Amino acid sequence: MRLRLVPKDTKWDFFGKSTLTLGFSGLLVVLSVIFFFVQGLNFGIDFRGGTTIRTESAQVVDVAAYRQAIVPLNLGDVSITEVFDPTFEEDQNVTMIRIQAQDGQEAVTADIVRDVQAALLAVAPDITFVSVESVGPKVSGELIQTAVIAVLLAIAAVLIYIWLRFEWQFAAGAVAALVHDVVLTIGVFSIVQIRFDLAIIAALLTIVGYSLNDTVVVFDRVRENLRKFKKISLKDILNTSINETLSRTVMTSVTTLLALISLFVLGGDVIRGFVFAMIWGVIVGTYSSVFIASAVLLKLGVKRDWSKPDANAGNQFSGIDA
Amino acid sequence: MLQIDLWKRVLIWSVCALGLLLALPNGFYTRVETHNDATASLDAGFSGNGLEEQAGMWPNWMPSSLVNLGLDLRGGAHLLAEVKVEEVYETRMKGLWPEVRNLLRDQRATVGTVRLQPSAPDALRVKLSKPEAIQEAANLVRGLAQPVVSLTAAGATDIVVSVDDDSLLITLSEAERLATDQRTVQQALEIIRRRIDEVGTREPTIQRQGADRILIQVPGIGSAAELKDIIGTTALLSFNPVVGRAGDANAAAGAGNEVLPAVEEGGGFYVIESAFVVSGEELTDAQPSFDQNGRPAVSFRFNPSGARKFGDYTAENIGSPFAIVLDGEVISAPVIQSHIPGGSGIITGSFSVEESTNLAVLLRAGALPAGLEFLEERTIGPELGQDSIEAGRIACIVAFAAVLVFMFLSYGTFGLFANIALIINVGLIFGLLSLVGATLTLPGIAGIVLTIGMAVDANVLVFERIREEVKNGKGAARSIDLGYEKALSAIIDANITTFLTAVILFAMGSGPVRGFAITLGLGILTSVFTAIYVTRLIIVIWFERRRPKKIEV
Repeated sequence: MRLRLVPKDTKWDFFGKSTLTLGFSGLLVVLSVIFFFVQGLNFGIDFRGGTTIRTESAQVVDVAAYRQAIVPLNLGDVSITEVFDPTFEEDQNVTMIRIQAQDGQEAVTADIVRDVQAALLAVAPDITFVSVESVGPKVSGELIQTAVIAVLLAIAAVLIYIWLRFEWQFAAGAVAALVHDVVLTIGVFSIVQIRFDLAIIAALLTIVGYSLNDTVVVFDRVRENLRKFKKISLKDILNTSINETLSRTVMTSVTTLLALISLFVLGGDVIRGFVFAMIWGVIVGTYSSVFIASAVLLKLGVKRDWSKPDANAGNQFSGIDA
Repeated sequence: MLQIDLWKRVLIWSVCALGLLLALPNGFYTRVETHNDATASLDAGFSGNGLEEQAGMWPNWMPSSLVNLGLDLRGGAHLLAEVKVEEVYETRMKGLWPEVRNLLRDQRATVGTVRLQPSAPDALRVKLSKPEAIQEAANLVRGLAQPVVSLTAAGATDIVVSVDDDSLLITLSEAERLATDQRTVQQALEIIRRRIDEVGTREPTIQRQGADRILIQVPGIGSAAELKDIIGTTALLSFNPVVGRAGDANAAAGAGNEVLPAVEEGGGFYVIESAFVVSGEELTDAQPSFDQNGRPAVSFRFNPSGARKFGDYTAENIGSPFAIVLDGEVISAPVIQSHIPGGSGIITGSFSVEESTNLAVLLRAGALPAGLEFLEERTIGPELGQDSIEAGRIACIVAFAAVLVFMFLSYGTFGLFANIALIINVGLIFGLLSLVGATLTLPGIAGIVLTIGMAVDANVLVFERIREEVKNGKGAARSIDLGYEKALSAIIDANITTFLTAVILFAMGSGPVRGFAITLGLGILTSVFTAIYVTRLIIVIWFERRRPKKIEV
């Protein structure tokens, strides 16, 4: 007996309420944008400059004492958070300390880190500094820029590739789905305020890749069915195609999610934000390939009848039938 | 129908075997690493200390390339430094002034007296007492210009001389600035590499990044601060004429001079000419030694052009002091006793033996041509790396097992085939990573886990197609054949698009992001290979043996 996540034959209508699903997604996109502008992202030092220090100590962490030790150094905004994780040992008490970039400094200053370390050692003698990272404001600005360019480039590359391999309506649908996924992911990061750093950009681009992977598989089937069934309406073809590929879509999403969830639970807190972005991306990406990419394709329509004479008719190549 | 030529079969299995063989050393990481280090030491001419025994821990004929572990997994320090290239313009201008002065002094009859005016640090402003001769003077100074040595700036000269009101303004040309920047960064890179090599850490990464930046990553080092100490921030070593002594830092120095603190004698200041006689760049060797009184000193030697300048200067200035300036401080200001023709000399000062040894190392490695500004620094402790590896390893195993079980439950025998391909796939990824010497980072592990999840996709696509064909009443062999045929375009399109994003990530990203892009990109290549060739071959072999009339997928 095989494990089947999707019944053998499905004839679900995915577009009966396409206006509703598109509207719903549109609403989520708008919400994400609003959150992004109102609440912003919890940018890590990669994008904002500053210093993060990760400490470890066998003693229970007293955040207030840590704060009291650091505040007299006059470093501006200092945030101290205790980190809890199921993968930690009994006597592993971890905190993350973030210090803002100091005014008027382009580069990183070593003294700050040294002073903070000395102050903390006075409070907790057994404290160790397992990682110290500083990024100067000069670089962090550039990092934002390259990150944005990378995401835009990826979307452009995809747009061009699909346009070449399919038709422009497909490319438009795929890119709509991509933008949807990226915006919603940024929205979620804004809502839950998970630290947004360079690794998250990697996750975003992977989401772009994954979502696309999914969309392309559906589109490939649509293209095939368009050739096979010339008389059936586009809506029915889309529905058939999605139903036919549904089993695969779900299978792949589940295996990927299985792998990602084990990484999320067991992979430690350092990459949890990164993995969270990918899990979210897989779910949204799967949804968007059906309800955004295909729905956009349905709204745009696609040229069906290639037997009619087209603009090339009458020129010197018209007699050649490839 | 279901036929694969023998040579193709041999090729497919060979690729798998080769990949797995390349991946094998990673299974014995510490052992192979010890072997590699020992072999390297033996090659470098060391012996004893059990090195031979360590080298014997892994057979020499076996592949011994390992996946490099990134800083986030192994611990170490990361620095991004910006070379302050403008400092070199300033040095160049300082060096040019004596030449200009001497040239115009010879023409005193026509141009009058020559005076250096305050100006921007990267320019010289020269005032003449006879402004009517300014054009003539400009032409004379233009004669000092040299062609720019670079591939892109053919025909350009290094300095630009313009007339600004009643004075000459001398600046470096744009082409020369570019060429200088290029040289400065290259030189800084080389010097940083030499200094880090002297400390002897394993596999440091020292790369140029962009126009004027250098990325330095050293695994296994305690902290970024330690790394900065090794690299040092020494701007320049030079030998300058001494004008006099001063009581404090704010003493009036006069145009073209500056006041620098003295390291020795517990303080005090020297007024020196900003234009140096010889710079540290012209130094070819430096060794710790002792002076005639048996005190620690550093002996040095110049290259021919440095030796000539030094010789000329000492011949003309016997009896007057000159300053050895390092890092904006006068290390020592000996009085010139006699003409020093051979280009070698000795720096005395109140050094300890250790200090003289350090100074010699610093001089030998060369002073950095310009200062460094650290834009980014990261220290990752080894224990954090160890924790990350451990967590990553467990997550990988669990993810792997979950996917294997799930595939078997969903596709039965065919799922088993896909699983064999998946195992080969992960082996191939590690084999390729070792082969290209890529660095595995924490996001890189995530990339592998993601690949494990996605790698089955191509198989799923094929199996689902085969299911459909079976359902449509096709025969077993025909179904398998059609399944592969029809799934191919979807597999290719889907993976090319993902591969495109991996390429963009690699091109745009740095550090961990790059590590992720590498594993993702390689993972796509290997998973397409295993899905299209390996599983297919396994299925074909199985089919040939069993000849089933009906298949259940």
